[in-house]
Amino acid sequence: MAGMALNSETSDTKKRASSLINDPKVRGIFYQVLTLALLVLFVWTVTQNTIHNLQKANIASGFGFLQGRAGFDIGQSLIAYTSDSTYGRALLVGILNTLQVAVLGIITASIIGFIVGIARLSQNWLIAKLAQVYVEFFRNIPPLLVILFWYKGVIAVLPQARESLNLPFQSYLNNRGLFVPKPIFGDGAWAIAVAFLIGIVATVFVARWAKKRQMLTGKPFHTVWTGLALIIGLPILTFLALGAPITFDFPVAGRFNLTGGSVLGPEFISLYLALSFYTASFIAEIVRSGIKAVPKGQTEAANALGLRSNAITRLIVLPQALRIIIPPLTSQYLNLTKNSSLAVACGFADIYAIGGTMLNQTGQAVEIVALFLVVYLSISITTAIFMNWFNAKMALVER
Amino acid sequence: MKKTILSAAIGAAALGLASAASAATLDDVKAKGVVTCGVSAGIPGFSNPDDKGEWTGIDVDYCRGIAAAVFGDPTKAKFVALSSKDRFPALQSGEVDVLTRNTTWTISRDTSLGFNFRTVNYYDGQGFIVKKSLNVKSALELSGAAVCVQTGTTTELNLADYFKSNNLQYNPVVFEKEADATTAYDSGRCDVYTTDQSGLYAIRLKMKNPDENMVLPEVISKEPLGPAVRQGDDKWFDIVSWVHYAMVNAEELGITSKNVDELKTSGGPDVKRMLGSEEGSKIGTDLGLTNDWAYNIVKLVGNYGEVFDRTVGPNTPLKIERGLNALWTKGGLQYAPPIR
Repeated sequence: MAGMALNSETSDTKKRASSLINDPKVRGIFYQVLTLALLVLFVWTVTQNTIHNLQKANIASGFGFLQGRAGFDIGQSLIAYTSDSTYGRALLVGILNTLQVAVLGIITASIIGFIVGIARLSQNWLIAKLAQVYVEFFRNIPPLLVILFWYKGVIAVLPQARESLNLPFQSYLNNRGLFVPKPIFGDGAWAIAVAFLIGIVATVFVARWAKKRQMLTGKPFHTVWTGLALIIGLPILTFLALGAPITFDFPVAGRFNLTGGSVLGPEFISLYLALSFYTASFIAEIVRSGIKAVPKGQTEAANALGLRSNAITRLIVLPQALRIIIPPLTSQYLNLTKNSSLAVACGFADIYAIGGTMLNQTGQAVEIVALFLVVYLSISITTAIFMNWFNAKMALVER
Repeated sequence: MKKTILSAAIGAAALGLASAASAATLDDVKAKGVVTCGVSAGIPGFSNPDDKGEWTGIDVDYCRGIAAAVFGDPTKAKFVALSSKDRFPALQSGEVDVLTRNTTWTISRDTSLGFNFRTVNYYDGQGFIVKKSLNVKSALELSGAAVCVQTGTTTELNLADYFKSNNLQYNPVVFEKEADATTAYDSGRCDVYTTDQSGLYAIRLKMKNPDENMVLPEVISKEPLGPAVRQGDDKWFDIVSWVHYAMVNAEELGITSKNVDELKTSGGPDVKRMLGSEEGSKIGTDLGLTNDWAYNIVKLVGNYGEVFDRTVGPNTPLKIERGLNALWTKGGLQYAPPIR
């Protein structure tokens, strides 16, 4: 009897032990821990190996070089920069240039993309076909070719500096870029910027109030016109009230080139246009599929309720289409940002081009490639976070 | 899925353990049976493929000289075309055994990049090329000009220094590839293109109308161009250096590819010593090569003067005079330690 009890007890522990091995939960944790350990080991080995080899090859390492004098000049910069600035500042110039072309590119690509996407659904045969040709043309050639098309095919064949094309407002276009008058801000000009900000904030409040009133009473309000008046009108009023404190520096012909004014170089223009036009073709398809995906019954129901076609698009179709459009749109925005590294082909000083120069002058390949990763990752993640927030806001709110 | 991650992690870890380039380059080169040289991608006279696809130029011939010294066969040289931006990582990582690519010897490249320089196979200096129609006679008149330049070069830094120290304004237009920079200049994007003077003459040949361009008289920098190797391999460094010295010594001693066979038996003691026909000599074996290493270089590639004349000299389209690159005995800077 006693022996039997003992026997059954041991088999019980055995069973418990074997059930522990077979327990999917325990197994899962075990494999995850193992994978994590291997991953840590991998990263550690690679780091140690790199440090060891760099030391063996007598290559200096570390990020101290960022404090050193850069010694090279940069053609396009949004902040003050000379060859006496540090490598760190040169890197910042590159980051800002990348951001500039990415942000402007995203805005332009979205506008073109939405227009072309909607045009593809047009009842007008010609408009729909033109939009289709646009999409098929631009999305089927590599972005690098689009950049070279603008750079070598369009801008390079513009007239020389001495025979510049005259544009309105004393602007000039030649193969050195677009020369526009540069505003010079006098005393009190900051008030105009403040007025502009106040206009935006006021518009937001007006929009909220108008929506609330419409919910309660059903009375519509001309939010768009009021908003425009606030955002544009307020700064203009301030400008006049202060006695026009802004003057312009107009470009004039110098010995080699036009001097004065602001210049948008061919490198920036071709990269910006290429990225916008290229990405717009993808956005157009996303927009078209998003609108198509809204069930026909929605439009019909809205028609039955007596809404006008303008209101149907704005209030019924678009909000539903946006839910489908936003996630793939995010990917396109990220693609555009990353494609901006093709700037190196046309000599635009983006982060990749400037980083490349730094890499060559300092030889700090590992550090600079790490910086590339961090910068692109930060920009992409910020874009993704913003778009996810926007997506969540647009998502169906269940009541 | 988990298993995939796992095996991927193990595979990657194993890769990470593999070591970088080993120290004994000569053994690697002998094992591979070929010397891998980093060269520039198309500078006439320095390294440029001809119409048959054969590499030609003074840098290419330097590499062939190394192959001749190591293998007795100048064709055992492999050329890797590198942009100015890619050249240093390519040498650091061991992708190439030696950089014979019009690279300027500077202190930072000698130290923090982990390279060694010793010989200069071409003394150069930076200059400017402009369109004749601009009516510019001196670089000091260039204030306000747009300047095309190649990125990652000493040229880019010298340019910044020169304009700054002379209080001139300019607008740099920077390209990664030399071809892009020169076409941008040729199409009128820039008023000026700047690089080493030898390069300016070479590039002028490639322009739509070479005669409409002129090289300005100013030379704004010292550009000693020479081969670079990785630090920490003195044996290989010695071989690369002595290939150049052998070519210069051969010119000084009057040994050419035509008379080398004759001089090997009939030459004076210094000629015989260099060509390895001296009894019991260990001059080549001490270097890790055979005793006829110098003979092979001169016989198969030529002496320094022959190579210069063939690639960039007055009878080539580049029409460059010896100038600083003449032998020290003729008022130039080419001077080689004795082979003894």
